[in-house]
Amino acid sequence: MTSRTILNETHRAAGAKMVDFGGWDMPINYGSQIDEHHRVRRDAGMFDVSHMTVIDLTGTRTRAFLRHLLANSVDKLKTPGKALYSCMLDADGGVIDDLIVYYLDESFFRLVVNAATRAKDLAWIERQARAFDVVVRERPELSMIAVQGPQARAKVASVLTPATAAKALALGKFVACEGDGLFIARTGYTGEDGFEIVVPEGEAVALWNRLAAAGVAPSGLGARDTLRLEAGMNLYGQDMDETTTPWEAGLAWTVALDADRDFIGRRALEAQKKEGVPRELVGLVMDEKGVLRHGQRVATPNGDGEILSGTFSPTLGKSIAFARVPAGAAGDVRVDIRGREVPVRIVKYPFVRDGQAAPGIGS
Amino acid sequence: MKEIPGDLLFLKSHEWARVEDNGTVTVGISDHAQGLLGDLVYVELPNVGDTVQAGNAAAVVESVKAASDVYSPVTGTIVAVNESLPDKPETINEDAYGDGWIFVVKLDNREELEELLDPDAYAELIENEED
Repeated sequence: MTSRTILNETHRAAGAKMVDFGGWDMPINYGSQIDEHHRVRRDAGMFDVSHMTVIDLTGTRTRAFLRHLLANSVDKLKTPGKALYSCMLDADGGVIDDLIVYYLDESFFRLVVNAATRAKDLAWIERQARAFDVVVRERPELSMIAVQGPQARAKVASVLTPATAAKALALGKFVACEGDGLFIARTGYTGEDGFEIVVPEGEAVALWNRLAAAGVAPSGLGARDTLRLEAGMNLYGQDMDETTTPWEAGLAWTVALDADRDFIGRRALEAQKKEGVPRELVGLVMDEKGVLRHGQRVATPNGDGEILSGTFSPTLGKSIAFARVPAGAAGDVRVDIRGREVPVRIVKYPFVRDGQAAPGIGS
Repeated sequence: MKEIPGDLLFLKSHEWARVEDNGTVTVGISDHAQGLLGDLVYVELPNVGDTVQAGNAAAVVESVKAASDVYSPVTGTIVAVNESLPDKPETINEDAYGDGWIFVVKLDNREELEELLDPDAYAELIENEED
């Protein structure tokens, strides 16, 4: 079965090339993925991310529930509107999904989880929520538009009422507000500034068209993927899944081993940390021509690993990737591309910062 | 969709072949194929002097999305490659049937050309593919 967002006809009318993305018929590009990528880095672009799943959690013990459910600590969420990125783990410390949680009030938190993991996430969350009397409510009637780029906030503000525009422009990073019937969060998946806007389905097409008229370029999931990898952001299913812990996926920064919090997977994570984490996620840059791709073998002095997310970076003009390799791998690292071993460099990511190559990336 | 030049022959795998006046065969990928691949970012060319077999991989084109083998429509020897492509792979996106040519083969056996699709048959193939 293929699902369609409310913007499907709008994408088709704009000449989008549509592809199946986790059971959703989504635009991969509207002509040139690379042009769309540059528009987001230099100006502003928008993405239909309505396929993502919005889940509202209500009940007086919602915070206690999330302290148990999530590897990051919702205790960091102290002011309404504040958001937090976290993994949701199984008892073995494997990553069920990554998500953003918004704190709205003590009895109301909102989760945004991935599209491809929707069914298993909902089943897992509902099962865990029972003991806390938390009501789990999916919000399929809400659409979502991500507007990203150095001009994104100003362009969004230009289509809002003055009062809402003022509130939105005053938002700190990783904070959301409500206004004009919209839920506006200063978050994103491109490394650029901007907003992710949750909008009632019936108003999504009108908002999209107003943004387009304000000069925001419709951008496909192709550009979204190259933008997020340049920004050093993981993609669920490609960079981590149930077979990897956050330690092995470059997500240690999202795990809070705070005192007195017994979150699901904690014991397994602590045990793995004590024994030694066998594999790690590293950033790779290839200075030679060619493109690093998912599944390619990575040869290191410590043994073999593999490419997770790999792509051509339009900003750098060369290929970049995440790879999972034996811990401590360094030195002579090569990737097998169609039988040829091509040297690559292990680098600190993000690969791109402020629209340009991050220090040490450009070589 | 760009019009398909009438002097081209095609493989089902979307390579085109043009028989030149001197009897060599110029090879590229179709405009339809470049559209499917999206923005090209890398081209791996054969070497002049390499022998190629009809239906075997002779070059590689890579887009942001995927890597794809380019099959030679005919058997023979590579006599020229498009040296400008490694620096400007987007030429294939812009002009698949012209400046985006990939290599030239001196063919061994003209009869192989009869196996290839004419422009009408190729147009029908891609039309059916889109359904």
